[in-house]
Amino acid sequence: MIDISLGHYLFLGAIIFTIGIVGIFLNRKNVIVLLMSIELILISANINLVAFSVYLQDIVGQVFTMFVLTVAAGEAAIGLAILVVFFRNKGSIHVEDINTLKG
Amino acid sequence: MLAHALVFYLFSFIAISSSLAVISSKNTVHAVFFLILDFVSISCLFIMMGAEYLGMLTLIVYVGAVAVLFLFVVMMLNVNFKDLRTGFLSYLPFGLLIGIVIIIELGMMIGTWKYKDSFIKTSEIQISSKVSNTEALGNVLYTDFIHYFQISGIILLVAMIGAILLTFRQKENLKRQDITKQVSRERDDGVLLEEVESFKGVKLND
Repeated sequence: MIDISLGHYLFLGAIIFTIGIVGIFLNRKNVIVLLMSIELILISANINLVAFSVYLQDIVGQVFTMFVLTVAAGEAAIGLAILVVFFRNKGSIHVEDINTLKG
Repeated sequence: MLAHALVFYLFSFIAISSSLAVISSKNTVHAVFFLILDFVSISCLFIMMGAEYLGMLTLIVYVGAVAVLFLFVVMMLNVNFKDLRTGFLSYLPFGLLIGIVIIIELGMMIGTWKYKDSFIKTSEIQISSKVSNTEALGNVLYTDFIHYFQISGIILLVAMIGAILLTFRQKENLKRQDITKQVSRERDDGVLLEEVESFKGVKLND
């Protein structure tokens, strides 16, 4: 308990990952909270990468955390831009209204 | 060691409870604020682990850019977020079931997993105690990982162009300066010479 090891950080990452997954299930109608849940999942991956990097004394994990950060920033920008355009066209951000692409 | 454990439990408690608040708060603006709290406590954990540069980068990128972007969009969209929450309770049992199964699976995997001493390392870039974390990261980022670094730059560029292109809107009745049109304007376009006879006037057709 007192000795903080790799497993503690991995458990923290697992818990935040699970919260992100459950958030996707619960907020099926609110796209903004869906995007925030995806950010939670990405940051839990970051926690795992940094924990392994520090534990193995290998800097490569931290390098890849930076790339995950890059992808997260790009994903948030594109997702919110799509959301703004969708709101401008439809006047709502209901997930049920996003059905014009169905074939 | 005790202080380390206490700080770890404090920050991870804040991170977990604020991420629970993100997915369950009624007001989406509050959810964004809890997301900021979550990012701040996780970046404190990074700093505590010894990855100072990534902790600061997480603060700058997530709190300074991503969360503020979320906040802008939430405040900009005039949406009634109340009726977006309908069905929250009907999804709750199923979501909790999936969540419990996932956490049990991950817990079993982490709990029973053991790190072998004869683990074959895929890379040999060790963290040395002589240089700081930022310096160590910079040493590998601009040498061994230069192509990955440039590709991530291209990803950001594409994301920027995509976001601008998606939200760009050409307004119709907006007067703009058209340099080509101004320069290519001839004298005949603006001046009309008419021979006006006496007592007859001139008829201009506009």
